[in-house]
Amino acid sequence: MRTELVVVEAGTLTTVQDRGRRGLAHLGVPRAGALDAPAADLANRLVGNRPGAALLEVTLGGLEVRLGAGRWVSVTGAPCAVHVDGRAVGHDRAEWVPAGATVRLGPPRSGVRSYLAVAGGIDVEPVLGSRATDTLAWVGPPVVESGSTLPVGPAAGAPRPHDTPRPRRHGPLRVSPGPRVDWFGEAALDALCGTTYAVAADSNRIGLRLEGPALPRRRTDELPSEGMVLGAVQVPPTGTPVVFLADHPPTGGYPVVAVVEADDLWQCAQLRPGDPVRFTRVGPPEPPRAARR
Amino acid sequence: MDRASPLPVEPRGSRRSYRREPLIHFAPVQTGDVHTVPVGRRALLVEVDDAATALALAGWAREARVGAGEIVPGAVTVLFDEVDDLALLRDVLAGWTPTADAPARECVEIAVRYDGPDLAFVAEAWGTDPAGVVERHSAVEYVAAFCGFAPGFAYLAGLADDLAVPRLDSPRARVPAGSVALAGAWCGIYPTASPGGWRILGSTDALLWDQVRDEPALLPPGTRVRFVPA
Repeated sequence: MRTELVVVEAGTLTTVQDRGRRGLAHLGVPRAGALDAPAADLANRLVGNRPGAALLEVTLGGLEVRLGAGRWVSVTGAPCAVHVDGRAVGHDRAEWVPAGATVRLGPPRSGVRSYLAVAGGIDVEPVLGSRATDTLAWVGPPVVESGSTLPVGPAAGAPRPHDTPRPRRHGPLRVSPGPRVDWFGEAALDALCGTTYAVAADSNRIGLRLEGPALPRRRTDELPSEGMVLGAVQVPPTGTPVVFLADHPPTGGYPVVAVVEADDLWQCAQLRPGDPVRFTRVGPPEPPRAARR
Repeated sequence: MDRASPLPVEPRGSRRSYRREPLIHFAPVQTGDVHTVPVGRRALLVEVDDAATALALAGWAREARVGAGEIVPGAVTVLFDEVDDLALLRDVLAGWTPTADAPARECVEIAVRYDGPDLAFVAEAWGTDPAGVVERHSAVEYVAAFCGFAPGFAYLAGLADDLAVPRLDSPRARVPAGSVALAGAWCGIYPTASPGGWRILGSTDALLWDQVRDEPALLPPGTRVRFVPA
């Protein structure tokens, strides 16, 4: 049975996200998708959704929704107080929410983006194969607004109340050299990895913008536009790096000095303005281990 | 040939095992006639001579269904992203013979009203009058080399390099959808209203981007384009 979710308060920025659009970068379409992908996956697993079901990405809390029918619900990602009809419930677990009850997400204690999954998934009409909102080109469903109603699909699987994901890795963002590392001065990666940057206030789903000393450039001519990857550390003329996140432009004209490991991108989703950011090089292949006899 | 394997050479006579991981090449690798640059663990950038060759490679790779989730031509590169097996892709790309001949795609005619705010500027830059700009601009057959900037925004190649014009020093806050414009020797049509610094020659009613159409972009890479004065 389908039902609906009424958005009582949308908060600062709430968007519908899934795993994003694939195979359309050559047409200029950003991939979009949940910025903290492991947290979104966990939220879906907890309520018995298929991987990649659409859910809500809530920026800095402040979301309140009311469910038309009873459903399992989970909140993951940035840890925040979760209240069902005013009673505190847990984070990172499946909760049964009765018909007509409200779910409210408070401001996160740390991090930026929390995920609210509802059994059955947010069932807005897909656009080009995905229900994700892309905030660069605005492909996909509109930003979630107070007073709007979102369709929820029929719940399929049973909830999975216990889920023990692998611990999340914190610490410096691991990078490998980018395609244009030679456009920068000698030892550009050492400079990148030897600097503590601060997250800039204008960071968003497109990129994690950093403040700090400029990376010295060796070549200052214009780079012909080329394809960009998720996690690219692009350096615009200001010299301070930007880490490309899910809504990044598919092509760009500034050189990429390094590429952040996919497993570390969730951290970029949860860093707040002013937070320190460090990079570290991906080590050489692990030293060979003696075979067990 | 793959000369830059980062895995250490196995010492003779030792019994060791190595963790099998996607290889990351830390230096550009020459594979046959194709120059590839590594981009993290799951992508490769192939550098070629010009936009036509990039387009030909991207078209060939798409046809050959090479193992890449995204094949993104650029001005002088092709990005292969979401690649599960970089070594295999390198081998497959080594089988490509560089050529600037892309498979011919249909030719789309775009009706243009040449009444843009930068027509006079371009006329002066080209040493002609507005009528001369219309004549030269509509005499060329363009090809969509790659998309970027916005969904369905195609960079159209075809203008001679000596007709290149500089962008505006300060971009306009709002360029209307359908604006036909130049930057350098590229021609482009704004699919939606957006800020922009290209020199606007005129406008068209053609729908460049329609996300509910089977092929949402009117001008995907490889499409040939002619402008017809309206």
